[in-house]
Amino acid sequence: MIATYIIYLFMGIGIFFMLLGGIGLIRFPDVYTRLHAGTKCTTFGSIFLTLSVVILGLKTWYLGDVNGSVLAIHTIIALAAILITNPTGAHAIARAAHRSGVKPVNAVVDDLEKEEKKK
Amino acid sequence: MLAFVVTSLVCFLTYLFLTTGSGSIAGLWSIEEILLGLLLSLFAGFISQNIFIKDSYRMANPKRWLLFLVYLFGPFFIGMAKANFDVAYRVITGKINPGIVRISPGIKTDLGITMLANSITLTPGTLSVDVDEKTNDLYVHWINVKEEALKKKPVDERYICGSFPKWVRRIAE
Amino acid sequence: MIEIGMEYLTILLLLFITIILAGIRIIKGPTTPDRVVGLDTVNTVVIVGMVIFGAAYREVIYIDVAIVYALLSFISTLFIAKYLEGGRF
Repeated sequence: MIATYIIYLFMGIGIFFMLLGGIGLIRFPDVYTRLHAGTKCTTFGSIFLTLSVVILGLKTWYLGDVNGSVLAIHTIIALAAILITNPTGAHAIARAAHRSGVKPVNAVVDDLEKEEKKK
Repeated sequence: MLAFVVTSLVCFLTYLFLTTGSGSIAGLWSIEEILLGLLLSLFAGFISQNIFIKDSYRMANPKRWLLFLVYLFGPFFIGMAKANFDVAYRVITGKINPGIVRISPGIKTDLGITMLANSITLTPGTLSVDVDEKTNDLYVHWINVKEEALKKKPVDERYICGSFPKWVRRIAE
Repeated sequence: MIEIGMEYLTILLLLFITIILAGIRIIKGPTTPDRVVGLDTVNTVVIVGMVIFGAAYREVIYIDVAIVYALLSFISTLFIAKYLEGGRF
């Protein structure tokens, strides 16, 4: 059945980006670049992993089990929660890092630092 | 009073959405869930009416929700996919050229600036760091600074986020 | 004991490896914000792990727990960030 292959494909893509986020967290040199890896990759990976679960739920529903629709709806809500909270949390961490005095490594330009000195 | 009713209604609809499949009223809900949901949403609406509805009812327009969905599945998703391949490339090769720049998108509402900041965080090579609360200018950490973008200050938003401010203005203002 | 599919076990194992990678960053991280970034990543991975677990056992309750965990971890991240700024609430 074709839905099963789509589920496997989405799981593969999702887990690839999750692992990439983990590796990026180790490899990058400072807080801001680590946030790039830790936010974008895990959000994208979790979109695909949760979408695979949504498809699984729809498939279960199609095969005649009502529980499948509940699974799909709740997973969509969990996905919405991840999509809203993840970038906002990253924003909060970046702002806190800059205000607590962590400078970007090898920065070409830092407009925010100038702004803070002016005050 | 209108704020209270609208907030309670939204809470109640969310509750119904979360409890589908619990009973047999309309094939989906049980009577206990509906009663409890009504009670809880009245309570939540009473507490949070002044937070949920701040200035106007412009977001109650279904056309804006439709535009939001188009934005979410169209330009936003494409930008996000590009962002991830970009980060993958940088994780593997380790080539970075970072910096923090200031952009001035000229968006006035709180919801609009939140949406734009989240979009910037999830799209190629950029991460919003701070916001100037008086002028709504954003400070953006850019992983691969282009030299030609630095000639003009504040930096042209075309380099950072493409057509997003246009979309956000249509959705949230 | 209910058997779960091999594919879910593989996914959960790989998610565990991601948690270990983020954990190395939490232990090593030279500054406190680095550690918070690692913690945030672990939170996201745990949420997705719960969703996958719920799908593996066909139990919706795990996914409800994941939703609540997502919102609570978001609030805890905000509070830690606020504390690092040294600001008022």
